[in-house]
Amino acid sequence: MLDFFMGHYAYWFTIIILAIGLYGMLMKRNLVKKVIGLSIFQAGVILFFVSIASKHGASVPVKDAALPVSDVANYMNALPHTLMLTAIVVGVATLGVAFALLVAIYNRYHTLDEQELLEKIQ
Amino acid sequence: MIGPDLPALIPFIYLAFAVLIPLAGLWKRELSYGLAVLGTGLASAFSLAGFINYLSGGETIRYLFGGWQPPIGIEFVYDGLAAFVILVINTVAFLVLIHSRHIATAEFPHKKIAYYSVTMLLMLGFNGMVLTGDLFNLYVFLEISSLSSYALIAIGEKRAAYSAFRYLIIGTVGGSLYLLGVGFLYTVTGTLNIIDMHEMLPQVLGNSAVITALVLMVIGIGIKAALFPLHGWLPDSYTFASSSSSALIAPIGTKVAAYVLLRVLLFLFGAEIINADLPITEIIGVLAGIGILFGSVMAIAQSELKKMLAYSSVSQIGYIIMGISLANPFGFIGAVLHILNHALMKACLFLVAGNLRLKEGHSNILEFDDSYRKKYPWTMAAFTTAALSMVGLPPLAGFFSKWYLALGTIDNSNWFLLAIILISSLLNAVYFFRIIEKIYLKNPAKENESTGTDIPRDEVKPSMLYPMAIMALALIAVGILNVYIVSAITTMFPAGF
Repeated sequence: MLDFFMGHYAYWFTIIILAIGLYGMLMKRNLVKKVIGLSIFQAGVILFFVSIASKHGASVPVKDAALPVSDVANYMNALPHTLMLTAIVVGVATLGVAFALLVAIYNRYHTLDEQELLEKIQ
Repeated sequence: MIGPDLPALIPFIYLAFAVLIPLAGLWKRELSYGLAVLGTGLASAFSLAGFINYLSGGETIRYLFGGWQPPIGIEFVYDGLAAFVILVINTVAFLVLIHSRHIATAEFPHKKIAYYSVTMLLMLGFNGMVLTGDLFNLYVFLEISSLSSYALIAIGEKRAAYSAFRYLIIGTVGGSLYLLGVGFLYTVTGTLNIIDMHEMLPQVLGNSAVITALVLMVIGIGIKAALFPLHGWLPDSYTFASSSSSALIAPIGTKVAAYVLLRVLLFLFGAEIINADLPITEIIGVLAGIGILFGSVMAIAQSELKKMLAYSSVSQIGYIIMGISLANPFGFIGAVLHILNHALMKACLFLVAGNLRLKEGHSNILEFDDSYRKKYPWTMAAFTTAALSMVGLPPLAGFFSKWYLALGTIDNSNWFLLAIILISSLLNAVYFFRIIEKIYLKNPAKENESTGTDIPRDEVKPSMLYPMAIMALALIAVGILNVYIVSAITTMFPAGF
């Protein structure tokens, strides 16, 4: 049982981070905190991709004469990392749009609290 | 004329115009409208040429980026289904953008350049989603189109920014869940190419990671496609956005997401693998059925035309997803045909709502009366055509997609979904006929004056009239010529049908 928990610790962290992100988006009333929750949720996905790329006893994916390329166990998988570089860029763009919308909301309603906002909208 | 570069050319046109519009806007602001129309016009001309090339026996064009062979490189796959959907979305966008001229001047005169530049990015994202043969590339295009649609939805009424923000939170979670699903599939197959992965999936059948990935991807795409019960973001976003934004996003956005669902379920996994461990298609079918009824009932309860159309979108997207979930040839035909029909019908109806908002300043159904018919005879004729097609009256287009969906449910002996198609047609009739009744029969002046006042004709400008009229005529044409369209669709079946 303990082996199961310890052997998959990266996945448990992923699940915990995803849960924290969801909690932030669902339970927090402040819209900025919702955006922070969203960012944490995306970080959970990024952590998952990075963790599946790692291998025990493998080197960084830079060609080394001492380590034959034919044995793939010698090198980490570089592809998930490069994918996550793109995903991080997407995340940054999402944050930019989200904050631009928050600025527009604040200029119109002078609040970022969800309850107050819903009352003002009605 | 149709070279091997066509798949990359269509998204490239949009990318080029997205940059060109702000640059030309520095010189003359009015150029942005013309350039946007030119961009979508070029893209629809190329997609029409590509589709004709496919029909005349052309083979699937696989464009390899940088010359790298898949599965190492990224490829665009321009097969029959992609060619068809590309043609539909680009043509609808072309007509909607022609229509947007006066609405843009009236609703956001100082944001025109940004608006048209972002519409080009939106179309880049949608075209990329349809064309790409790589799951991660699909995620990138999904986010490009989503980010542009958040921006477009935020242009509009006072409440638009908040509904766009809600859509952003929900939509980004959807995108992240899809990405997580792609990660699970990557761990078990080691590839991201859809065709390559399709060949590998039978070998890893029964692996719990495949099931998890499937569920995550269906939820993620389901949010984007507004599959019940993940539709919460849709009604508010479409209602409060500017008329031209909602006319652009409503017919295209959810259709492209439904197309991605179709690709993932039937082309990537295939009908047998999806149902290997969980009856996924049945669950999706039941959800789509509930969504159809829910959307129709909520549409009846609305008194605001745009909100009614938004709820009707939730219901109509259910038809497409129901067709996918049937996973048989008739369901496939119905779903693909309904992508075309619903894009035309919803675009036409939203353009009518835009016309009314511009002319009357509101689109409240309760205030409709027969003066509208006298003032805007052609607008109302287009509305009636689209509404009748929505209800499913032959020989209009809407009848035939429902017909094939019904055949599909009979083929699967799925009487529950057949009943839903029939009931929802009645509900559609309820919410469209009450408007038609108002604009043709309700006469508020009748009690006071026996002759009735003469209301002068006050039709909308040609740039707003013709796109709408073309769509209404296209609905009739698609209905009459549906044999040819269906025979083209039958060549697009995924393997195993």
